[in-house]
Amino acid sequence: MPDRYHIHTAATPAVFRRIGKFANVDWREDCSRCSNCVKLRCLYDVHRHESAFNRDPEAPGATLDECKACLSCVQGCTKGLLDVSVNPEFLSIGDAYWTPNIILTTWNQADTGRIPVSGAGYRGRFHGPGFDSIWTDMSEIVRPTRDGIHGREYISTSVDIGPKPLRLEFTPEGRMLTPPLRLLEIQLPVILDVAAWREQGARLAAARIAAAQELKTLAVVRAGEAVQALPKQLPYVVPVVAREDIANCRDILEGVRMAQLRDGADAVALAGELHSINPKLTVVVRLPLSPAAADRIIELNRAGIKVFQLCADQHGREKLGNGRHGRHIKDALREVHGRLVKEGVRDEVTLIAAGGIALAEHMAKAIICGADLVAVDTALLVALGCRVCRDAHPRTAEGEATCGSGELCPAETDSSDNAYATQRMVNLMGAWHSQLIEVLGAMGIREVRRLRGEVGRAIFMEDIEKEAFGDICRVPRSQVSA
Amino acid sequence: MTASDTAVQAPVGVRPPEADSPRPGFSDWPQERVAREIRPAPDRYRNALGKYKVDRSAACASCGRCVEACQFGVHSKPAGYALTLRPRDSFCVGPACAETPESCVSLCPQHALTVRPNPSAECMGDPRWSSDLILATWHQAATGQPAPPHLESRTGAAGGGFDSLRFKFEVPGFDPGPGVPAGTDIDTGLDLNHRNDGRPQIHIDLPVYGGGMSFGSVSIHTILGKARAAAAWNTFTCTGEGGYHDRLKPYDDHVITQVATGLFGVREDTIQRVRIVEFKYAQGAKPGLGGHLLGDKNTPAVARMREAVAGNALFSPFPFHSVYSVEDHKKHLDWIKEVNRHCLVSVKVSTPTDVDMVAVGSYCAGAHIIHLDGSYGGTGAAPDIAKKNIAMPIEYAVPKVHKFLTAEGIRDKVTLIASGGIRTAYDALKTIALGADGVVVGTVEMVALGCVRCACCESGRGCPRGIASTDPELMMQMSLEWASQRLINLNYAWREQMVDALARLGMTSIRELRGRTDLLCYVSDEPVAAAEVS
Repeated sequence: MPDRYHIHTAATPAVFRRIGKFANVDWREDCSRCSNCVKLRCLYDVHRHESAFNRDPEAPGATLDECKACLSCVQGCTKGLLDVSVNPEFLSIGDAYWTPNIILTTWNQADTGRIPVSGAGYRGRFHGPGFDSIWTDMSEIVRPTRDGIHGREYISTSVDIGPKPLRLEFTPEGRMLTPPLRLLEIQLPVILDVAAWREQGARLAAARIAAAQELKTLAVVRAGEAVQALPKQLPYVVPVVAREDIANCRDILEGVRMAQLRDGADAVALAGELHSINPKLTVVVRLPLSPAAADRIIELNRAGIKVFQLCADQHGREKLGNGRHGRHIKDALREVHGRLVKEGVRDEVTLIAAGGIALAEHMAKAIICGADLVAVDTALLVALGCRVCRDAHPRTAEGEATCGSGELCPAETDSSDNAYATQRMVNLMGAWHSQLIEVLGAMGIREVRRLRGEVGRAIFMEDIEKEAFGDICRVPRSQVSA
Repeated sequence: MTASDTAVQAPVGVRPPEADSPRPGFSDWPQERVAREIRPAPDRYRNALGKYKVDRSAACASCGRCVEACQFGVHSKPAGYALTLRPRDSFCVGPACAETPESCVSLCPQHALTVRPNPSAECMGDPRWSSDLILATWHQAATGQPAPPHLESRTGAAGGGFDSLRFKFEVPGFDPGPGVPAGTDIDTGLDLNHRNDGRPQIHIDLPVYGGGMSFGSVSIHTILGKARAAAAWNTFTCTGEGGYHDRLKPYDDHVITQVATGLFGVREDTIQRVRIVEFKYAQGAKPGLGGHLLGDKNTPAVARMREAVAGNALFSPFPFHSVYSVEDHKKHLDWIKEVNRHCLVSVKVSTPTDVDMVAVGSYCAGAHIIHLDGSYGGTGAAPDIAKKNIAMPIEYAVPKVHKFLTAEGIRDKVTLIASGGIRTAYDALKTIALGADGVVVGTVEMVALGCVRCACCESGRGCPRGIASTDPELMMQMSLEWASQRLINLNYAWREQMVDALARLGMTSIRELRGRTDLLCYVSDEPVAAAEVS
């Protein structure tokens, strides 16, 4: 039996300035110095750290964000001088999709590699758009299952990239006609993608490649960045190749197992050229997620392309051109998956869902909606301190990216230590892996391959709302607030 | 802080404990009677938190005009005092008062007073448990009365589920109906045995009982406070999976022994001394994942009760590894029924897509009570991904199961109890209108004891507020008497709201409300869809 897949996480504290949720503990004048100070009794030592920081600016400032807003100090102070408030800087990071809470939990997971655990129940909105309108199933009494991440039985998270024939064909003499399988197996249903929405330095590509090697998955890099990979890293590198790159990348293309190219009129011809350089190469076509995606995939499949990366925007939406957005990736994926099933070619193609995969649950839900695996990009930057600030990231004279405020982008500046950046990416994926196993364990599913398209093991808000509340009369909100 | 001796008489319709009634249970232990009466149990911290903050500047001349102006008791200047005391801003009702010409702010000759939203209060809570809901629950636990109008006490801000459902009488434009005459006795009680199987009937005076919380996940004061409140209100609390603490024995008649997959502390004695035994198959907050007591919380006392080694993390597996079919399930229930020939058996399950089939299976296996625990329920520690994503919220599961059991013709033969995110009396009423017989609550009891939902129950020494912690120093922040009284008061406030709602609905019993979805409406953000009845 092969070794059990294991991700080697290690505590890697952030070196960038973290932004705490409740950093703003303040107190007014009139302290009576009663020697009964609640600040000394803070369970998390927030006040003590803050005091140390005030005396010595060299003291670690990161501890200041440890306030949990338990309000014990606010309620216990003899003269009622203390107040805690939500840190406005915390609220300003990210955007409507990459919320401050998503960024914070990503930082925490990259710090430790651990699955986020907390007390009390769920704290968010009842449901929301996109992935927040799906719940995954669990198995109750009658279906055997495992014990989640603590289980004794192995839950596989490996996936295959490449066509899987529905049947084997033989000659009357018994010689197999079906060409040998060329499946590319990776141990995690995630590949590490390059974020399309912002410029990135080559250092991040190197970290991604090293992380992919450790994680036994793949790192997508620009063709020019692939040259920095060590020979032993090449099997984990996926260059994105254009026609003009071929001449310079021939050596690389001979060493890698997979390459990507952008969809276009000559995609099929280009794929043929790549195969002529490396016959074993798995060629992936990146195409924008759009209402025409299913038709295009069916067309390209007939022409021999078998692996597709469907690229949504960073909020997981279809790109309609001219800055307009369409359906969420969950709806688009269900349509594409359904079309491929109807055409009888679902197992001939592999779908990689990209764009808007911000949390481990998005990975599981995208697979339920029909993807074979996902590509993660922005979350890797967030792990290194990116706040998804959406600025143009102009570069300094030294070539370093800056945020709009002029501050150097933490994801780039602080990742100069390649081992640090790699470990934080590994940690994040380790935490995601554990969470995927929790979801699979709860469903009683032993391998992630079986999760693909399992919409019957998910609860979709539109359906369940109709089933549960369909017979209840509806009133507009304006009538209630009136 | 202990409750004062100022008792308030029981409201009409509440049956006081009958002094000479025969003992309902089988416990060999003398049972304590706990008075069912409201006693003030104010905030146990020095500075009570309010929605608003009242600031008095140095310009104050201590003239006392604010004391005269305020009808809510924010300002006070006791006789003989030269200065006005610090404002008790937790009593302040905010702009609704402050912007009137009669307010303290308007009348202060020195313009020394200002009222602003309390930033600390805004740090509490989340969309499901809004700051208002927490403050409203604190008010109910402190006074036994429904919350004042400046606090939203019926719904949170989660934007779906209970927060999108209203009773029609709450919405302008619907005929409120005649209601019932004032003074009519309205019954909020519930019978739990509908199987007609020769086992005793159990009646509870409220359609609410307390959820399982193990010793270890919460402090002994929390456990006993819940038990004493259950005894006062003739309802139940549940041990959770931590064994049966000796100090629970005086409340045996109101305790449910939970048998969960780890079987921690489960012995024949603990099954035989109670009137209800609950099989926990899954927990809503972490469905399909089992339980996990972190090593830090496994103190020597906890370990002794669980018959485990202190300091080790303790896992309850999922599922029962001896139950892989309805037949196996029946074998388990038969085992309990054999060990205790007089108890009712409850089956606690989570809410998968086939929750309706699970409910029928549990009925067929012989359960008296089917307890559905929805996915947004509370926990001492659970993976965030599980709390948010796995299994369906209780709002969806209850109508699904109710309709299915009705179609199968067995709805009246089983008691359907729901839990998992029941925060308010109105949530409880909506759950019953959706098809449940009653509800189980957990988090609201923690909030009543002072929880601010900081979600740190699991880390380090545990709950900084001393509720979900067995740390000897932290747990002593709260006395048993105070904890009991807060929960007794909360039940009073809930019952009053239930009685008021039933009266408006023209009902004299909570049992008439079951499955009455026609009394509800769904608040829609889409104006076109809202015009139709879908």
